[in-house]
Amino acid sequence: MKRILFGDNQFFGVNHISDEKSRAQAIRFKEDATILNTLDKAISNGVTTFMCTTHDRIAPLCDTIRKDPEKYEGFMMYPCLPYAHKYANAVTELGIVGTLKQYVPGNFFASIFKGGYAFVSKDYISMMELMIDAEMKMFAGINTPVIFLQNVITDLLLGLGMKDFFRAYHSYIKHKYNAEPGYITMNMPKLLDFLESAGIENPIICSSINIDGFRMSGGKELYEHTLRTRNLRAIAMQVLSGGATPPQKAIEYICSLPGIESILFGASSKANIQETVSLIRQYDKQFQFSEL
Amino acid sequence: MIKIALIGAGKMGISHLAILGAHPDVEVVGVADTTKMVTEVLSKYTNFQCFSDYNKMIEEERPDAVVVAVPTKYHASLVERLLNEGIHVFVEKPFCLNVNDGIALTKIANEKNLVNQVGYHNKFIGTFLEAKKLIDQGAIGEILHFSGDMNGPVVIKQKQSNWRSKPEEGGGCLMDYAAHLIDLINYLVAPISNIQGAILKSFYSGAVEDSVFSLVETENHISGVINVNWSDETYRKMSTQVTIIGSEGKIIVDATELKVYLKNDIVSSNYTKGWNIKHINDFSEDVDFYLRGEEYSAQMDHFIKAVQQKVPNHINNFESAAQTDYVIDLIRNYNN
Repeated sequence: MKRILFGDNQFFGVNHISDEKSRAQAIRFKEDATILNTLDKAISNGVTTFMCTTHDRIAPLCDTIRKDPEKYEGFMMYPCLPYAHKYANAVTELGIVGTLKQYVPGNFFASIFKGGYAFVSKDYISMMELMIDAEMKMFAGINTPVIFLQNVITDLLLGLGMKDFFRAYHSYIKHKYNAEPGYITMNMPKLLDFLESAGIENPIICSSINIDGFRMSGGKELYEHTLRTRNLRAIAMQVLSGGATPPQKAIEYICSLPGIESILFGASSKANIQETVSLIRQYDKQFQFSEL
Repeated sequence: MIKIALIGAGKMGISHLAILGAHPDVEVVGVADTTKMVTEVLSKYTNFQCFSDYNKMIEEERPDAVVVAVPTKYHASLVERLLNEGIHVFVEKPFCLNVNDGIALTKIANEKNLVNQVGYHNKFIGTFLEAKKLIDQGAIGEILHFSGDMNGPVVIKQKQSNWRSKPEEGGGCLMDYAAHLIDLINYLVAPISNIQGAILKSFYSGAVEDSVFSLVETENHISGVINVNWSDETYRKMSTQVTIIGSEGKIIVDATELKVYLKNDIVSSNYTKGWNIKHINDFSEDVDFYLRGEEYSAQMDHFIKAVQQKVPNHINNFESAAQTDYVIDLIRNYNN
């Protein structure tokens, strides 16, 4: 994984510390061209990995990227599945069974229902695999070396203790997509314990890590201790705590931590992209030197 | 360890179950749901013991506390049964379809000294708590007027019917959605006691309203406007904002941001004359396990602590939820 990854929250009106800003961003990024333009700015700053949810609006971006292989040479996407709001809204409307009926492709679901609920365990795993395929369709032909499970699902499965689904996800992503499975979570230390107990070693885990301890469940110290002492490939997100901390201070903290392989950030303007990238490079250099 | 069982493993139930499953002081002793697929998946892939009949679960597992997340029309009878068994109860919002049921349940819970809580999670969100603190300190002086706005993309097209689209089962924007805002206003400002006007309008749902527009008054005669629309797809998810106008300033607060305008400095605080902007990360407290928002873990943690007698049972108790039911009733009756 590259040191710096570009995120997509800003494009889809996701802002963790201001509803007002998130609505303004939704207006700003109405056109796909505006999103592509911002992506290009990230690329021109050397950030060539785009980590994105499987939001409907990603599909046309994928089309553009596929059409211009020269321009997007070396460009990578890290899909994060699923786009949970879609399913959450559907569950409110249709219930859990109705949602599965609607979203599990083909008549797979109808056929297992006919059996009078006589399901075997493999069916649910295959159902998950079909849903992964449906979400991954839009990325066909695009380099997706890491595929993430979105935090709402990761943390739900974690809380419910569903080891088999983690194992099945892990192995399906590896074998079917020849990619590394990754996990987004708001509960990094707990998740690592759980994945290890499920036999998943040295996993890629993307979690909030920031100087303010924002959304670091279990506490900042536990996260720091985990990063120092355990085996994981950590990605830090929400490093600016949603924009509340001065970037300099925030990036200095992240770069000073051991065990962080990549830093994920999102920004809308050229100036903010440049600033964040150059701060990361500057502090990386500084901390590398101090190690020597 | 507190022995807790769940009745109703739908969207909210499953979410509560994950939070309970990760809680260090909780032993989940059972999950009851009538949807066979749900109990089957949970039995197969988790260590939770599942039941299709909650009566059997209660008898066999004897839980200390139960989390109830079934459709609203079942709340009253189910909660009564649990209280009579001496079980502490956390029940999802809205509380009861019938105001008198809620009042009766409050009485039983209090008589039996059982912990009782309803899932109005806004009261566990840092920005709203801070707003409440400022209001109670008199930071914006005497409250003159408020407006509450709540928008989201719940029903954005004609859709198939389920219990949420049946008024007699607790469906509709007023009971299922606006309840959050009403409960929050009752808490932040004062209990609403009088309705001066109400329009409940359906955009897509047919049998139930998709919006609630109402002119209201609190018991201490503060006027306010309620503006709720769950058919607004320009909002990515539920968004609740309350604006409170006081004689000495104004507060605009939602789940992420607190904007405070003050006419004068507040001595010995970090609020100064003019605009003060704060964000959720200035207030949110660490939780041990996070799923969809700190508030969901925090409310469950509060319930557990109340059962352990570590905190008083004063946030979101049945009494305050019954008061919210009462306002829902007032608005519904005004409209009819």
